[in-house]
Amino acid sequence: MARPESKLEFDTDWKYSPAPESTDHIRIDPQYELFIGGKFVAPRERQYFDTINPAREKTLARVARADRGDVDRAVVAARRAYVRAWSKLKPAERGKYLYRIARMLQERSREFAVIESLDGGKPIRESRDVDVPLAAAHFFYYAGWADKLEYAFPGRRASPLGVAGQIIPWNFPLLMAAWKIAPALACGNTVVLKPAETTPLTALKLAELMRDVDLPPGVVNIVTGAGDTGAAIVEHPDVDKIAFTGSTEVGRLIQRRLAGTGKHYTLELGGKAANVIFADAAIDQAVEGIVNGIFFNQGHVCCAGSRLLVQESVADEVIAKLKERMETLIVGDPLDKNTDIGAINSAAQLEKIEQYLRIGQAEGGEMYQSSCSLPETGYWCRPTLFSGVSQSNRVVQEEIFGPVLSMQTFRTFQEALDKANNTPYGLSGGVWTDKGAKIFKMTRGIRAGVIWANTFNKFDPSAPFGGYKESGMGREGGLHGLGAYVELY
Amino acid sequence: MARRRNSPQSSSPSRLRESIAVRPPPSRTRERVGVRTQARKGKDAGRTRARVPVAKTYKLYIDGKFPRSESGRYYPLQRDDDLVIANVCRGSRKDFRDAVVAARNACGPWSQASAYLRGQILYRAAEMLEGRSKQFAAELTLQGVERRRAEDEVTATIDRLVYYAGWADKYQQVFSAVNPVATSHFNFSVLEPMGVVAIVAPDSSGLLGLVSNVAPAVAGGNTCVVLASQSLPLCAVSFAEVLHAADFPAGVINVLTGLKEELIEQFASHMDVNAVICGDADAAAERKIQELAADNIKRVVLRGGVDWNVAAAQSPYAISDTQETKTTWHPIGS
Repeated sequence: MARPESKLEFDTDWKYSPAPESTDHIRIDPQYELFIGGKFVAPRERQYFDTINPAREKTLARVARADRGDVDRAVVAARRAYVRAWSKLKPAERGKYLYRIARMLQERSREFAVIESLDGGKPIRESRDVDVPLAAAHFFYYAGWADKLEYAFPGRRASPLGVAGQIIPWNFPLLMAAWKIAPALACGNTVVLKPAETTPLTALKLAELMRDVDLPPGVVNIVTGAGDTGAAIVEHPDVDKIAFTGSTEVGRLIQRRLAGTGKHYTLELGGKAANVIFADAAIDQAVEGIVNGIFFNQGHVCCAGSRLLVQESVADEVIAKLKERMETLIVGDPLDKNTDIGAINSAAQLEKIEQYLRIGQAEGGEMYQSSCSLPETGYWCRPTLFSGVSQSNRVVQEEIFGPVLSMQTFRTFQEALDKANNTPYGLSGGVWTDKGAKIFKMTRGIRAGVIWANTFNKFDPSAPFGGYKESGMGREGGLHGLGAYVELY
Repeated sequence: MARRRNSPQSSSPSRLRESIAVRPPPSRTRERVGVRTQARKGKDAGRTRARVPVAKTYKLYIDGKFPRSESGRYYPLQRDDDLVIANVCRGSRKDFRDAVVAARNACGPWSQASAYLRGQILYRAAEMLEGRSKQFAAELTLQGVERRRAEDEVTATIDRLVYYAGWADKYQQVFSAVNPVATSHFNFSVLEPMGVVAIVAPDSSGLLGLVSNVAPAVAGGNTCVVLASQSLPLCAVSFAEVLHAADFPAGVINVLTGLKEELIEQFASHMDVNAVICGDADAAAERKIQELAADNIKRVVLRGGVDWNVAAAQSPYAISDTQETKTTWHPIGS
């Protein structure tokens, strides 16, 4: 398809000058310890691992590796804080600590945004405008719930669970920490949280912030490490609740391991969301929605709109416009304010994505990638579109967790709905049409926990988030998110 | 059908023929209220009956039909004095799979049925049960429940059906929300049924325990497969007749009888079941259920040790236990 006359030639006529976010105001220590009982303490075995900047492949800091004994220390500290301090505090006072956290996070928001982009590779535009503000908003939202829980559960009395063990992923490191810690604390629990091993820095910065707001020691403990550390939290006998965000594969293991223990658990797992474009949609807006749905945060998003379903009559138009739009996406330095797609989070994740690119082509899919230039060092993946794929292809069925979109067409409403639901996942979905009745029919029909109609990838602390089917159980956010951290009597 | 004294070990054809030939002796004649009831004592003993009551065959309830187990197996329900009350279908794993297919097929229409309709059908079940309360009390008594307690259990069950009938069009308003998001979007969260729920009914309460678990699941638009109490299975089968007469669409509630030990793992592991509710089980069985449920991230609801007779055993939270929360976003603008 010929380029429209109005197309701006970004490659030739226009050049973006580098617009890097300044890093001179942030401090990253060469080494980070575990945050236990309100203090930074060295791990017992003195084991450390490096956290690297995926855009530069350079080490940012050495971070403590918590073993079983360290996790035990953290749980003991959390239990002591629960018994002696946190459960004795008036709910309104608990809330005031959370307000303090929210406020201080707002004050230091740029610093957190820069570190988030350095450590995780996401564009500063997103960490600055999405991750950090939402994290602060989350603390602010749940702060107010602390002394109002009797209004959340009519006819019942809500009581905290005790010590919550929380394991979070690398795609939204600070935001996920906020999603986990804020409701847990508001409901009166104490916390042992493990950030992902590739992105521990903002959680450790948050630990500093917890100390700075004078949160009672042990109410929040941060233990860094890999899968072993997470397993130690899951298996610790004095942990009352496990909250996990990550892959369905690991979620399944956790659910199995918790069998018979009586521990409460909530799981927020993988997804393979359909983004359904009807012929009567506003096509230009839909294309923006497709781009935001799959290329937001390099596609490292559990609720990413990774399966595009387009009504056949507009498929050519949508593909042409989508390819044009993909051409304009800037892949590169996460700290550059013009960057749309940052670095892939780790070498391992890049390898996994590239493996899926090979699989998709071997299965007969037609692969299109934008022609953008990539930096020489770092982990990068061009925005990618697979067309000519069918429902049984692995790139259509499996979560890739990268900037890789598969595209299929449909003719009827029912075909679209059947294809959208033909997955073991059920986290999110999207629908684009100008017809109100069709929106409600589709949003009701898709078996998923979050549905975006004529929009995509929107989040808010007051809006419950979580999956159907194999995308997990329980909700985070909103009034419904409180249920994950209380026992009802 | 002749009355026979047998046990799984002694059910060889020759023994059966023998018992048919030999019995019933006049002294053991029983009156029936739809089932074999207590022996007449004293002056009635030995009297020749004017009419032989018609005994009932207890079968499964799958997809709106009453089949026997595809396996042809049964287990005898016996009284203390060794008399066989009924030969109960020993449902197989295949019966369970068939029931899940029926429940899955019924899922779409039932979850889209109006809450008003679901409430009316549940209420209709209460009406049907009220009219047959004597039969259910007699069945419970026959299975060893003391008469007064049996009558109380039946009336409590009727009232429980009315309770959940009333919730069908109200829980949504209690548990859903319009969320005040900071961006220019209209955002709301509603409850939707999880889908197919596998229920292992409590052992201790043959009728009320089963209904207390089934009613909230279907009031919320789920469909279910329920395994009746192994020791008190008769009312479950008769309750299926109530469901049938109440116009529950085929497949919405499927009732199996059988051996818990044999079926419980299938209930927990089936990949097209969304949630499993366990009325009561020992710690090892509960653990097994939870382990197997992880295969497809099934939701597990353990309701062991509940006293089903008290008002606290009913609540809208029993409905929300098998509901998902769906959040929908739409921009506000032109």
